[in-house]
Order: sequence, then C-alpha cells, then structure tokens
Amino acid sequence: MSDHAPTRRHVLKWTGVAASLAIAGSVLPNFGISAALAADLGAGDIGVLNYAYALEQLEAAFYTQAVKTPYEGIKKSELAKLKVIRDHEIAHRDFLKKALGKKAIPGLEVDFSAVDFTSRASVLGTADVFENLGVAAYNGAGQLIENVDYLAVAGSIVSVEARHASTIALLLHGYGKEAAGGKNVDLKGLDGALPPSKVLPKAAPFIKTPVTADQLV
Amino acid sequence: MNTQDNFVLDAIDPELGERIDQGRRNLFARYAAPSVLLASAPLVLAAASTEAFGASLPQDVVDVLNFALTLEYLEAAFYKAGNTSSGLIPKEYRALFRTIGAHETAHVLLLKGALGSAAVKAPKVDFTAGGKYADVFSNFKTFATLSATFEDLGVAAYKGQAGNLLGSPVLTTALQIHSVEARHAAAVRPIIGKPSSDTAFDKPKTKKQVLAAATPFLA
Repeated sequence: MSDHAPTRRHVLKWTGVAASLAIAGSVLPNFGISAALAADLGAGDIGVLNYAYALEQLEAAFYTQAVKTPYEGIKKSELAKLKVIRDHEIAHRDFLKKALGKKAIPGLEVDFSAVDFTSRASVLGTADVFENLGVAAYNGAGQLIENVDYLAVAGSIVSVEARHASTIALLLHGYGKEAAGGKNVDLKGLDGALPPSKVLPKAAPFIKTPVTADQLV
Repeated sequence: MNTQDNFVLDAIDPELGERIDQGRRNLFARYAAPSVLLASAPLVLAAASTEAFGASLPQDVVDVLNFALTLEYLEAAFYKAGNTSSGLIPKEYRALFRTIGAHETAHVLLLKGALGSAAVKAPKVDFTAGGKYADVFSNFKTFATLSATFEDLGVAAYKGQAGNLLGSPVLTTALQIHSVEARHAAAVRPIIGKPSSDTAFDKPKTKKQVLAAATPFLA
C-alpha cells in the first residue's frame, strides 16, 4: 500500500477504559504495548473469527463468574438459566479457538471490577449489555466474512446469542416487549448491526489485555 | 474445501459440510468479486431502506427474499389473527405478542419495499392446518405452540439462506431479521415449557425443509 493511498485501516487499541479509535493514513505503532501481552485479531476471515473469539471469551468468563458467585437471593431457576448460557458461551469460545488453531489470539485477561456480582441488577444488567452487543457484533460482522462456511458458523452462534438476550430480558422484565427485543429492535423490525469499530470500544472496559484490530475493517 | 473448513462445519452439523460443498461452485461463480460488494457501505445502507431494489437484485437474491417474504406474510397474518382474537392471549402475554406481531408486519413491509415489483403476493393461509389445530385462535396453548414453531422455523430458514446472500448488500438486513426471529422464539418457548434454546449452535434448514414445514399452513 502506498503511503499516499487512502486507507480504511482502523487502529483500535484497548487499554483498559481508555479505548481509542484512530483512523490514520499510516500504520500506528502500538507504543508501550508488549507484543507478548497484546493480541492482534488479524486480517480477513481470521480477523473476524478472532473478533468473535474475543467476545466469546469475555462472555464465557462473565457467566463463569456469575455462576461461581451467584448474586444474593438468586432463584434456582435463575441459576439454572445462567448455567445454560455459561455452557453455551464456553462452547462458542472453545469452538472458535479450535477452529482458529494456531491463528487464535491468546486468552484475554478480563476486568469485571465494574460488576457487582452480589447484585442481581448488576449481573443481569451486564448480561443484557453483553448479549445485545454480541448480537449486533455478529450481525455487523457478517458482511465482512468472505468464506460461506464461516458465515454459517457465525449464523449458528448469533441466533443463540439472541436467544440469550431474550432469556435475560425475561429475567429482568418478564413477558413484555423487552423479551421480543424491546429497544434493541428498530421500527423496521431490525436488530442491531455494529461494525467492530463500534463494538470494541464498548467491550474494552471489561478487557485488560490490549487488543488491536488494525487489520479488521 | 480444506480440512479446517470441514472441521468447523462438522462440529456443528455433519451434513452441513457436504451440502455447502455442493452449492459452493455456483455460489462463487455468481459472486466472482465478492470483496467489492462486501466493502460497499452505501449499498448496505441502501438495502436497509425501503427503496425498491427488486429490479437491480440478482434473481437468486430475489428468490431468497421472496422466500423470506412468504414466511413473514405467514407470521404476520398469524399474529394479526391471534392478537385480535378476543380472550385468546392472557393479559400477561399480550404485550409480548403485540410486539412480535408488529415486528413481523414490519418485516413484510421491509421485504416488500426491497423487492418492489418483484415481490410475491401474500399466500392464502390456514392456521388450523386442515383442522389439525382447529383451536389455534381459541386455545392459548395451541397458539403459543404454533408461534414457537413458526419462530424457530423462521430462524432456521434465514440461517439456511444466509450463504446465498454472501456478497449481497441485503445480507446484513437478513441477519438483522434472523436474530429478531430468534429473540421471538426464545421468548415464546418458555410459555409452552420449552427451554429458550436447544443447544449452543442453532442449525439451519434448507428451503425444501422449511417449505415442507410451512406448507400445511398455506391454503
């Protein structure tokens, strides 16, 4: 690529809460980030799969903690539902890791210090954010996928994330409009679809490991 | 297809790898330069608008959208009848089914708008399926059971067609409908005692499988 050519390269650097998004005409060096500790998602379909893998790692870690230290007053039926979701997220995470093989990013260190795991509202509120972010992330990433088989993989996961979102909405609000999507669905009946550049900054506060997505358009 | 691809698919559905292999050649011939379309943001945005694209869309894409539109017609009509059947839906579930119905009606409008003059007409429907579900609009359990069935069918149908939209500007829109159908399914299934999801990976259905399941409800 010529130095003068316009570029679509987005450089995203997750550094705790200070997520920054820069669109530059040249590659920005990751100042201060040790290569051994940082994770770059990669390019093309590998980049998309690693992107999904990063989000699934986050979700799996979250539900693992939520089940390990259940919130005060949790009902048996609620814990059972959280366990099912945990198992699904772990299955997604492990599946993507195996599919990526040596191209998989390392395990990410998470930071849930903003979550009060003793509080039902905090746990379910965070779950609500993660599930809906996951749905919008997969929906937005579909058009970045070039291999039809990987699109099938993403499709088989995204609807399960949407089902989780509905389960969490049922726990929070009962059988109302929220369980059908609520504010996450627009007037055209469409769910969210966000590009990685919009999703990653929202996930950044929960991930300690610096993650770069400079090859993921 | 390389080993890695086969692994990915086989882990989900042993039959899927084979099916996709068969369809691959045509698919790639159709979209010889998918990356050009993939990167085209204006096209994606345009597809989400209600402007008509029927004339400019490839026939294969038109076929997929008309297939989706047929299912949406079916769902929209189902909820319109259910939501207006006095005494059918208990009070605590009315907001849920009204919202679902509004979504399905919106999907019909969106797809009709995208297809323009290429849009198929609404099919004639029979939600009793020839008398098998005679109490569909008087017995809430029957209604909720069919609702869950239609929603799960919708999820599997969109999922099965996503590959045919690879490289098309309408893919994102289809995915945005697909996940809404999954939300619906997950919200309704517990009403009839089913878990919101069966497994960690939802399976697709082919057009043939979907039509076989939907045909009893088409008059």
